[in-house]
Amino acid sequence: MPAPGAGLLRRAPLLTLLVMLGPVAAGLAGTLLPAFGIMPATGEAMPGLDQFRALAEWPGLARSAALSLGTGLGATALALAITVLICAGWHGTRAFRVLERGLSPLLSVPHAAAAFGLAFLIAPSGWIARALAPLAGWERPPDVLILQDPLGLSLIAGLVVKEVPFLLLMTLAALPLLRPGQSLATAQALGYGRVSGWLTVVLPRLYPQIRLPVYAVLAFSLSVVDVAMILGPNTPPPLAVQVLRWMSDPDIALRSRAAAAAVLQLGLALAALGLWRLGEIGVAWLGRRWIEAGSRGHGEGVLRAAGLTLGALSGAAVVLGLCALAVWSVAGFWGFPDMLPQALSGRTWMRHGMALSDPLADTAVIALAATAVALALTLACLEAEHRFGLHPSARALWLLYLPLIVPQIAFLPGLQTLAILGGLDGNRPAVIAAHVVFVLPYVFLSLADPWRAWDTRHGAVARALGAGPSGVFWRVRLPMLLRPVLTAAAVGCAVSVGQFLPTLLVGGGRVQTLTTEAVALASGGDRRVIGATALAQTAAAFLPFAVALAVPALAWRNRRGLRHG
Amino acid sequence: MRRLIAAATAALAATALPALADPDPADWDAVLDEARGQTVYWNAWGGSDVVNGFIDWVGAEAEERFGVTVEHVKLSDTAEAVTRVLSEKTAGKDEGGAIDLVWINGENFAAMKESDLLFGPYAEALPNWQYLDPQENAALTADFTVPTEGMESPWGMAQLVFYHDSARLPEPPRSMPALLDWLEENPGRFTFPQPPDFLGATFLKQALIELTPDMDALSRPVSEADYDRVTAPLWDYMDRLAPNLWRQGRAYPQNATRLIQLMADNEIDVGFEFNPNAAANAIANNQLPGTVRSHVHEGGTLGNASFVAIPFNANAMAGAMVVANLLLSPEAQARMSDPDVWGLGTVLALDKLPEEARAEFEAVERGPATLSPEELGPTLPEPHPSWMERLEEDWTARYGVAP
Repeated sequence: MPAPGAGLLRRAPLLTLLVMLGPVAAGLAGTLLPAFGIMPATGEAMPGLDQFRALAEWPGLARSAALSLGTGLGATALALAITVLICAGWHGTRAFRVLERGLSPLLSVPHAAAAFGLAFLIAPSGWIARALAPLAGWERPPDVLILQDPLGLSLIAGLVVKEVPFLLLMTLAALPLLRPGQSLATAQALGYGRVSGWLTVVLPRLYPQIRLPVYAVLAFSLSVVDVAMILGPNTPPPLAVQVLRWMSDPDIALRSRAAAAAVLQLGLALAALGLWRLGEIGVAWLGRRWIEAGSRGHGEGVLRAAGLTLGALSGAAVVLGLCALAVWSVAGFWGFPDMLPQALSGRTWMRHGMALSDPLADTAVIALAATAVALALTLACLEAEHRFGLHPSARALWLLYLPLIVPQIAFLPGLQTLAILGGLDGNRPAVIAAHVVFVLPYVFLSLADPWRAWDTRHGAVARALGAGPSGVFWRVRLPMLLRPVLTAAAVGCAVSVGQFLPTLLVGGGRVQTLTTEAVALASGGDRRVIGATALAQTAAAFLPFAVALAVPALAWRNRRGLRHG
Repeated sequence: MRRLIAAATAALAATALPALADPDPADWDAVLDEARGQTVYWNAWGGSDVVNGFIDWVGAEAEERFGVTVEHVKLSDTAEAVTRVLSEKTAGKDEGGAIDLVWINGENFAAMKESDLLFGPYAEALPNWQYLDPQENAALTADFTVPTEGMESPWGMAQLVFYHDSARLPEPPRSMPALLDWLEENPGRFTFPQPPDFLGATFLKQALIELTPDMDALSRPVSEADYDRVTAPLWDYMDRLAPNLWRQGRAYPQNATRLIQLMADNEIDVGFEFNPNAAANAIANNQLPGTVRSHVHEGGTLGNASFVAIPFNANAMAGAMVVANLLLSPEAQARMSDPDVWGLGTVLALDKLPEEARAEFEAVERGPATLSPEELGPTLPEPHPSWMERLEEDWTARYGVAP
């Protein structure tokens, strides 16, 4: 007899895709219409390519698009290279475990906060320059173009420092299943060095596992707005920033051009993915030649040192940047070339403490609800996969990544119109639904591998002892997998806490979260306020990770075998 | 097709009007009755401590005196509100909109007015309108020369004011040509926020006014003027200015606050803001050293008014009007113009106020960083908004996308 609700469980994967892709598809439609000249609000309905023609005539287009492509591809390649070098050179060592422990705090720092911190480190009037000023005899900061450089180098740096932790996390999730220790031992027995052995026997099997996260990083780097506004060039800016400028221009006619540019942005993302795929094929071909040549590798030490240095530098940049923001948040007047403020003051916190703590309850409710929905759907999908053998095809996995790959700017404005049309906007449930779109992929990706790696023989034993499939799920599998479930929930909460555009557009300004409040307060650009809001955001995103670490330790304090499970 | 839609919209509007029963500001008691218990979502830029503090105070007053709750929806850009109302109109949401009141002026107002996104006219029927003198102060009824026609209500006067650090630069340049001469001697020590940032565009307009041979052309739409002749001196000037700017003009700060930060970081020597009290506020906030002083250009600087407007589909129109009226009260205006609170200029005509209210304004004390009204000099009127759009576009084509 099928258990009650089995039909529902069987439909879980379909329901999940609907919840996630429905809004993306609807939002894209809402963007495509104005791009092709149909804009009901202004009574404009002249289908055609006029908007694309106007876009093509914009003098900055080529540079802007090239900049997006260049910084996106550059940041992704660099972040991936650093990640691979760190893993190849140091996986399994003590230095690596230290790095591993620092990961979740690094992941909790919002992108914009990391960018602000980095900006204050490397600016000509920043901390590094201030440290050098007495030696170099600078009374004024040198007039050199470090931030907002035309090639987007500082933008690339800002993206790399935040993407390395993410790629490392994804790599760490995938590595255990590959049993790299054994393969590496074999390779080393054959005379390969540590790094060349790893690149030869582990990387080729690892890369397919982290390919989709890499694509997500690429799409994100290409369409990022906040980091690009802080670190990127602005004459002209990368395309995504320009889309936002047009979208927020008082001249309403420019909204259609913004829509056309958003379509181009989507095209750019696809082109970049295509280029990356070609690159993959090229690297694989070269790699195969290299492996076949049987080279045992040279310069192992240099590669290992480079990996560690770059990894430590990118971690240090985030941590030092955060320190700088913390000092700014309590700074009195702080001019160049002082290393520290002339006086300290708690005024920024007193002024903004209230504004930041008021939306805390809403932030928590939305994050918990969105994560609960995402977690329930994910677990239902995974359980359906287990019970009915509904294995997701590669294509289904792609769909899962779609909300991360389609630039937000390309579908959120359309989604807003749709939500208003349906009378669904401006309240908490609508915001929660919008958050689920972005939370779900992360929760699924964090949980899927540990869930599948569970030894099903535990289930067989439980069945033999008389437990039904639900009993196995609730009383054996879920408790045993408590830690990865909580980690996935923490990732989900952190993603929800960080959402700005979805909250703003779907919430209509009536649903305020810590992030919308922080962005509005920080829009004034005062470093003190930016420091305080960035720290508050980091704390809010870090809290769930801390809970995820603490709860299993408490719950299993008398079950030692589960504590490391 | 376009005609058909327009006709359909008109027909719809005609049938919809009687049913809506919007509150009538002429019947103020009815407005007050309706407003009691309403929540007004006031969308206003949230990037300034002093402004947020003043809006909090207004909310507390509205609650206590009129039973109106004010929720300050902090925007990072006023265009977010314009987009919102536009999206609601797109979706046919003609009542119960998310925004009740919005802080607005210039291009944003022109755009909303042109697209019929506003409720009104209401401003001139507000009880406290009696304290204003639009004859004397044309900026109250002409927002960047666009007639307000009662679709928005003024609440503060702003003026372009430059600032410098007297410890580093005792005698600042006081005209556009003097600024250029000084900058050629001190390359890299001045910049402006990148247009289309509001303050950057204001700098372009100020330069145009100081340099153009034909001031009168600026008060009419740009399409009616000999644009090339009117703006030629501006572009000559900019061509000489740009290579001497901070970072050789290859990068620009994003907004006014970044400019203050550059001043504090000793990267530039002259900055400017659109509030006569900005330098004093920044000093009080620890953002600038106490040696910073304000100055203006000879011949005057641009000034304009800030307004509040009510979207056509606002949910709490009566409450929004009560707040707009409260903003025009002598108490609120005196508080707003107090340099310790905010320091924005009042929109009221002091000679129209009762005796004791006037005394409150006259008792205001200014710090050393703020100029007196006499030192501030004349306020120049804003050009027609079409000039701003065209200048932004041209500037971007010439300097904003250059390698």
